[in-house]
Amino acid sequence: MYLYDEVDQQLVDERVRQFRGQTERFLAGQLSEDEFRALRLRNGLYIQRYAPMLRIAIPYGLLSSRQLRKLSEIARKYDRGYGHFSTRQNLQLNWPKLEQVPDILAELATVQMHAIQTSGNSFRNVTTDHFAGVAADEIVDSFVWCEILRQWSTFHPEFSYLPRKFKIALNGAKADRAAVGVHDIGLHAIKRGEQIGFRVLVGGGLGRTPIVGQVIREFLPWPHLLTYLEAILRVYNRFGRRDNIHKARIKILVKERGIDKFREEVEAEWAHLKHGPATLTSDDIERIETRFTRPRYEPLRDEDLSLAEPGFLNWKKRNVHAHKVPGYAAVTLSLKKTGVPPGDVTSDQMDAIAALAERYSSGELRVSHEQNLVLADVRQRDLQALWREARLLGLATPNIGLLTNIISCPGGDFCALANAKSIPVAQAIQERFDDLDYLHEIGELDLNISGCMNACGHHHVGHIGILGVDKNGEEWYQVEIGGNQAPASLGKVIGPSFARADIPDVIERLIVCYLENRDSEAERFVDVVHRIGIEPFKERVYGNPDQRAPRRERELAVA
Amino acid sequence: MATLIKGRRVVSESSPSPKDKVVRLEPGDEPSAVSLEGVTRVEINFPKFGDGRGYSIARLLRTRYGYRGELRAVGHITRDLLYFMESCGFDAYELREGENPREALASFEDFSHSYQRGYRTPLGA
Repeated sequence: MYLYDEVDQQLVDERVRQFRGQTERFLAGQLSEDEFRALRLRNGLYIQRYAPMLRIAIPYGLLSSRQLRKLSEIARKYDRGYGHFSTRQNLQLNWPKLEQVPDILAELATVQMHAIQTSGNSFRNVTTDHFAGVAADEIVDSFVWCEILRQWSTFHPEFSYLPRKFKIALNGAKADRAAVGVHDIGLHAIKRGEQIGFRVLVGGGLGRTPIVGQVIREFLPWPHLLTYLEAILRVYNRFGRRDNIHKARIKILVKERGIDKFREEVEAEWAHLKHGPATLTSDDIERIETRFTRPRYEPLRDEDLSLAEPGFLNWKKRNVHAHKVPGYAAVTLSLKKTGVPPGDVTSDQMDAIAALAERYSSGELRVSHEQNLVLADVRQRDLQALWREARLLGLATPNIGLLTNIISCPGGDFCALANAKSIPVAQAIQERFDDLDYLHEIGELDLNISGCMNACGHHHVGHIGILGVDKNGEEWYQVEIGGNQAPASLGKVIGPSFARADIPDVIERLIVCYLENRDSEAERFVDVVHRIGIEPFKERVYGNPDQRAPRRERELAVA
Repeated sequence: MATLIKGRRVVSESSPSPKDKVVRLEPGDEPSAVSLEGVTRVEINFPKFGDGRGYSIARLLRTRYGYRGELRAVGHITRDLLYFMESCGFDAYELREGENPREALASFEDFSHSYQRGYRTPLGA
């Protein structure tokens, strides 16, 4: 865990005071709706379909047991006793009262938490690999670099009113588990000889114009990280489009300019900023590093658990992950039990999870962008005991990486932007694929659902992606296949959209087509789509082209 | 008439003197294209509350083009913006209608520290 110093704490406290004043001025009619919107959004407060929604920041997804207990308490006291973990590794409360939000923020500040810049046209929560610090392929400690970025991007005087939201992801290991290709800026640590630096990608993103980011700089030595980012941001802040909200992300600027021209502009700006005050030194890194608490590992040996009961072994296969220290493992607690909205946890569960993290791990947990929770430092000899307890809490569904580990936005049940509901779709699919043996047979498959083209459920990078669309006030669902998170690729739409009730059948047909076409069990669904293309899948779902015509007419008749 | 804060004080605008040489920049203007010779005041317009381009222009004028005269934010200015504006080099602000200037002064103290090195530096530093 990063522990705040006095300055960190003071800033968070000062922010609470500032927002309390702003809320009072709004309620007294001294701030207009528009002004207050811009101010409340950068404190995570939305006005939603049925009530306000408050998005609480969990910087780079790292959370202590103490903080989780506070979240549980807040959800109980100010909300309805549950919260929703989002794909940006944050926690959302769906029913707070506007006038109580300053009090909630004050409570958060007592455990070094806040809701700063979780929305609005500013830097958002920096995200990273949820196995940071425990993965064997690590190049740099992602959390240290994320904290450096958190500080730099918090209350940035020049870049607090950007054309649009701005999302940065940092990956510190060889394998990309942070999806750096679909962020406004993606940073991937690399080592050249003895030198550490970052490959810098720019202009990626999902939303209504999904684009994979492009490399703007192959190798940026670490001391220059912030000055280079300032150069990118200055070009974007000045020239990013502000006339149309749908064209305001940096990806559009990069696309309009072309990556080479954009790079030239950034380099010209950087020539002035390079070696400036924001240049990082090893002292800076050390100052941050020393504020992180580290787990103390015992000298242990790897355990042989092969003779344990089958239920445990199923769980271990999917939800237990390798750890760089012998005798330890990382464990994913699944928030994807059938019948529960993906990413939702109750206050009671939060308390229980906080206790599990203390007993079985280092008193810390990580929120994954797949909306699950990770205990990163579990002794292998404790795995069976942990499994039993997690199972009682409904957190041991052995589906990590499988079809039912669905990523989903809150959708039309909560969100004012949504065209369609997403949670009932997720549930219907989970119910259809409830047979564990069949799920394991299907193997790795990311299924992502978004309730509208803002793509909060990352449907473009799901192996199967489902998008809620509105047709004359009715909810329809478009299906894409072949997306992938890392290396990033975007799914292709298979054809006309479907009614909600048809979705489980459609998924079933896609799966059957995959199983018939795969070379071996090692070839995943997405690999098959990339190898044979979407046509065979299309045919399986809609029938052959001759049969398809009448159906399309029917669709059009309905549309 | 809009209220003016200058050098962290509420002031009433004196009538324009012939010695004043004022340049007004819109958010899309290019500061490098402006001649700053003899200019006593640069005004940067913020036509909308959320338009952040003026911050970069201010920063460029102060750090790259060596401008040391008065730098005034005009347009849609509320107290909520003063801390960041000052950090970027502004020293005068025309508040929007209805904003209480005395209360607004407290906003310069909204935060006691800035994470970003090189901002909030004294003029010309």
